[in-house]
Amino acid sequence: MIERRRLVNTIMTTLTALCAFAVVGILVLILGYISFQGISSLSWQFLVQTPKPVGEGGGIGNAIVGSLTLLGLASLVGIPLGIAIGTYLAELGSGWFGTIVRFVADAMIGIPSIVFGVFVYALVVLQQGYFSTLAGSIALALIMIPIVTRTTEEIVKLVPKSMREGALALGAPEWRVTWDIVLPAAKTGIATGAMLAVARVLGETAPLLFTAFGSRFYNIYLDEPMASMPVQIYNYAISPFEEWHAKAWAATLVLITLILVINIIVRYTTRKGY
Amino acid sequence: MSNLPDQIEDLQPKRRFSSSDKVYRILLTGCAALILIIVITMLIVIGQGSWLSIREFGLSFLFGQVWDPVKGEFGALPFIYGTVVSSVIAVLIATPLSIGVAVFLVEQAPRSLARPIGFLVELLAAIPSVVYGLWAIFVLAPFLRVYVQPPLQATLGWLPFFKGTPTGIGMFTGGLIMAIMITPIITAVVRDILEAVPVTQREAALALGATKWETTKIVLANASSGIAGAVILGLGRAVGETMAVTMIIGNRPHISASLFDPGYTIASVIANEFTEATGDLYLSALVEMGLILFIVTFIVTALAKLLIMSVGRKTQNVA
Repeated sequence: MIERRRLVNTIMTTLTALCAFAVVGILVLILGYISFQGISSLSWQFLVQTPKPVGEGGGIGNAIVGSLTLLGLASLVGIPLGIAIGTYLAELGSGWFGTIVRFVADAMIGIPSIVFGVFVYALVVLQQGYFSTLAGSIALALIMIPIVTRTTEEIVKLVPKSMREGALALGAPEWRVTWDIVLPAAKTGIATGAMLAVARVLGETAPLLFTAFGSRFYNIYLDEPMASMPVQIYNYAISPFEEWHAKAWAATLVLITLILVINIIVRYTTRKGY
Repeated sequence: MSNLPDQIEDLQPKRRFSSSDKVYRILLTGCAALILIIVITMLIVIGQGSWLSIREFGLSFLFGQVWDPVKGEFGALPFIYGTVVSSVIAVLIATPLSIGVAVFLVEQAPRSLARPIGFLVELLAAIPSVVYGLWAIFVLAPFLRVYVQPPLQATLGWLPFFKGTPTGIGMFTGGLIMAIMITPIITAVVRDILEAVPVTQREAALALGATKWETTKIVLANASSGIAGAVILGLGRAVGETMAVTMIIGNRPHISASLFDPGYTIASVIANEFTEATGDLYLSALVEMGLILFIVTFIVTALAKLLIMSVGRKTQNVA
């Protein structure tokens, strides 16, 4: 009897370890294959040129600039708003209203990103009559808001109560306590939360397909279609041309490097911080 | 005597009513209210966009099997079927895998091993959907076509699920790639839940002579509603998963029992046909697909959160 129980124990322990190593193995396989395939097509020209017809080379320069522009605009709205809502939830959100807001923010994280694309299409693109950088940025900002909200709330809640009480006892008004004491104490955590949201949105394709759409040129105007790395990867990947498949791998290598670097920086700073 | 109440009022702390704090509170509450306004606006705008289709087809939209934009006939059933089947495959594979990983990280691995492995599993969640799709097209699908699907067909081919030509593209591969994508999400939640179970429970079981695995079983049983929440959360993600699935599932609106056949999902049809939709009814039908996704994922995520929260409360009470 005891032998059988020991045997079951050994089998199950081995199985769980296998699960963990299998999942890590998949990650290694994916990243390894991307590096292996991507590095051969990577060149300086690839990073600065615009897409060209098959057989003529071309690159993802405009897609890199496009992704950064879309991301910058989305962050401009999404991050401050997310921080404000997160601060509200941590500092004032203990009542019924806070509970509802928290619940809706959580559910909003679960809404598929393509639904945000449909929404912004109906709200902005259909009204204006054209795909635009502005529409793409709005879609990305909407995805960022609930993510930043929840990470900010969790970090702000970690600031010790005694710090707030100390400041209040000195006669500081509530807003000064939040602005001068609580937020500075939580700033590293808030920044890493915002960076995680940026990393997440950097790889979003679905909400851009029919908002920012895509473009073959460098573009700086808000009211014109805008290229982005994920959409460019998608277009290269589903094409029937081998040459474009190679470009998809190279573009993926660039994108995944950016995302992983952000994630590793976040990991490093949070371990030091809290 | 008559002005005594006034004096007492003067003694009340005034700070709560200072005007700068009033502005602060109104400003932050306003920002918080914005998130509710956004979600309600989404519901209204997407609802309005699908109104044409809702009026034309009513409930039969959900049961219609024909999707023919040329004839103006739109039925969502093949897409609903594809979404449900591929998501169920994903959850069936991801659930045991994720629980295994979480148990390994929390109950078994030494800290020095659990940290880096935990981080690597989290990284899996950071990889964008389109990258999974790319990898699935050029690595996973050819591999399955040659090494997995033929043997499956040889042994289990008498089942209706494994009939047809194994091409690598189809529901099977779509479900598998989604399983990989939701595994880190389910793992993260199960990990948090297991960590919240008080250590006294484990000590009690071990003290009674239970083996490590028997202890883990008790811990899992106590956290079961939270684990159910984690799985439902993963299901919600799978239902809304778009790019990777669009690239690998075959995109054919056709109901077939075989998992090797190409299928189509709600999210994929929106991604593929939205920019090509000519005509108001066609566009409206696609927006209604978006409405279905919106409502379903919103409810599923909310339900998952409730389940996960219920465990948090229970374990706190125990502790």
